Amino acid sequence: MYTLSNKLKITAIVCMVLGLIGIAMGFLNAPSTVEEAAAIVKEASAHHGGGHAEAEEAHVMKMDHHEGEVAHHAEDEHNAESTHHAEAGHDEHAEHVFHQLQNRPWSAVLIAGFFFFMLSLGTLVFYAVQRVAQAGWSPVLFRVMEAITSYLVPGGIILFVFFVLTISHMNHLYLWMEPGITDHDTILAGKSGYLNSPFFIIRAAIFIAGWIGYRFISRKYSLAQDEATDDSNYKKNFKISVFFLLFFFVSESMMAWDWFMSLEPHWYSTLFAWYVFATMFVSAITVIAMSTVYLKSKGLLEFVNDSHLHDLAKFMFGLSIFWTYLWFGQFMLQWYANIPEESGYFLPRIEHYNPIFFGMVAINFLFPFLILMNSDFKRKPWFIFLAGTFILIGHYMDLFQIVMPSTVGEHWSFGAPEIGSILFFLGLFLITVTSAFAKTKVWLPKRDPFIEESKHFHY
Amino acid sequence: MSNKVIQAIYNDDDVLLHAVKKVKAEKHHIEEIFTPFPVHGLDKAMGLEHTRLAICSFIFGCVGISVAATMMYYMMIVDWPQNIGGKPSFSFIENLPTFIPIMFEMTVFFAAHLMVITFYMRSRLWPFKEAENPDVRTTDDHFLMEIALHGNEKELTALLEETGAVEVIVSEKH
Repeated sequence: MYTLSNKLKITAIVCMVLGLIGIAMGFLNAPSTVEEAAAIVKEASAHHGGGHAEAEEAHVMKMDHHEGEVAHHAEDEHNAESTHHAEAGHDEHAEHVFHQLQNRPWSAVLIAGFFFFMLSLGTLVFYAVQRVAQAGWSPVLFRVMEAITSYLVPGGIILFVFFVLTISHMNHLYLWMEPGITDHDTILAGKSGYLNSPFFIIRAAIFIAGWIGYRFISRKYSLAQDEATDDSNYKKNFKISVFFLLFFFVSESMMAWDWFMSLEPHWYSTLFAWYVFATMFVSAITVIAMSTVYLKSKGLLEFVNDSHLHDLAKFMFGLSIFWTYLWFGQFMLQWYANIPEESGYFLPRIEHYNPIFFGMVAINFLFPFLILMNSDFKRKPWFIFLAGTFILIGHYMDLFQIVMPSTVGEHWSFGAPEIGSILFFLGLFLITVTSAFAKTKVWLPKRDPFIEESKHFHY
Repeated sequence: MSNKVIQAIYNDDDVLLHAVKKVKAEKHHIEEIFTPFPVHGLDKAMGLEHTRLAICSFIFGCVGISVAATMMYYMMIVDWPQNIGGKPSFSFIENLPTFIPIMFEMTVFFAAHLMVITFYMRSRLWPFKEAENPDVRTTDDHFLMEIALHGNEKELTALLEETGAVEVIVSEKH
């Protein structure tokens, strides 16, 4: 039986406290007036050396203007808009920067909050896939996966509260939520049938409730199967997993459009949802592998052999490549055609987020590709841990470049709010998952029909 | 010393695997085993070394990506950097996304084909090659183990019959 060590508990709590301080600092340092925002921008550009400040501002104004142009292209009010820009140009720009600076702590919380949430959501999907596929190798890992998915509840609630605050205009993350925006933005007006606050929050509620609901029912059947005398619970679990997967792939697509693609509401990409899914899936399997290695090192999973690890590492390897395929599929198609309303998404990412945008490709693709190719390396626990750490860092960067360029633009940095959010959610994730480990009395699902095969699995 | 070999024929892969373990335990050198299909674990029981084909394939893949990159760098950037539909052919990196599909395919092409050719060469397979089959039944439903004889015919025959061989034949080396 796993006992939650005090050291781990204290570490997790310290992480959460430090994280809260970091998040609070982020909110306190965010400007509360337009003038403060201007001062912050001025100070920041002074660090880059004088003279640069004006150039940068002028540049932002140009970008701003472009955005406006794209947005209003469909309208025949183009001339009227341009004069409007010229008159109120500077004020509008200052307000835009002000909103971006205010967005920073919110974005940091969204990124880290979703990152840890998706680790357990992806685990839940992997679990359901294993059940539906009637995999013979993985039943020994079911208890580990079930414990990791326990984070769905606190993580989901926090995300939901976050979105409630968002639709009540506490931040400016989603442009389409701004009051009155649809009056002069016909593109957003055209999308308002889908992108409107009440529908947005109802969808979020349905998704989160659906995922958590499946998790509870499936775990109930899974535990009942241990005590059962027949396989009826197993069969029920099979059926509900099939329906969960159907629900998940619809809800996940919409979740990706809602929570991430609508940060950039003038842009769209048809494979975006799959791209977010790939990020989620590969990180989750990495967490399953790392948890397995950790629990095995504690002597709790003596029935897990290096072939199980090898299989998990193969999934990490293969899905890293799958992620890269989708990333490149999305990037290359839009780069190649270079249609302004499509490439507008990648321009700020390449211009202002260059090391992150391309660095994550190296970390998420080249590193696992080279390190996890060798069959012997995939059986070494410390190798899995090393590769896993890099994969997780890489996919945090991935979410960072999905969210930040759309919400804070070029006024980004990696400081107190970002580190604080990571620490807070890391602490929460650690404490939730390890207490679920501590609650797991028996690590081997006893009466699973495939458990014998799984125990003797050898590759 | 004669060129004699002893051939034991089995009709079950499980019996064969046990026989291999027994013969190995008695420290006899198994020359060759003929089976109609892959027997899982046979290479391990015989103590055969791991194949290095995968390493070859990785190197061939590296060759493939180099060939593709050099070819396109020369053709598209150095030799005649035309403006084709506004694609930036000023440097390799600027136009890299267009080259990736070809680089990928060439990597796979080289890795796959050269590995297959390596396999054919190493296992001496080619059209019109004469089949080296000691007993036609081994391609259908029999398994054959071949051990070189060093004047210990009686002892080996007894051992092989004990392991469940349905037939033990002593023959000149083919």
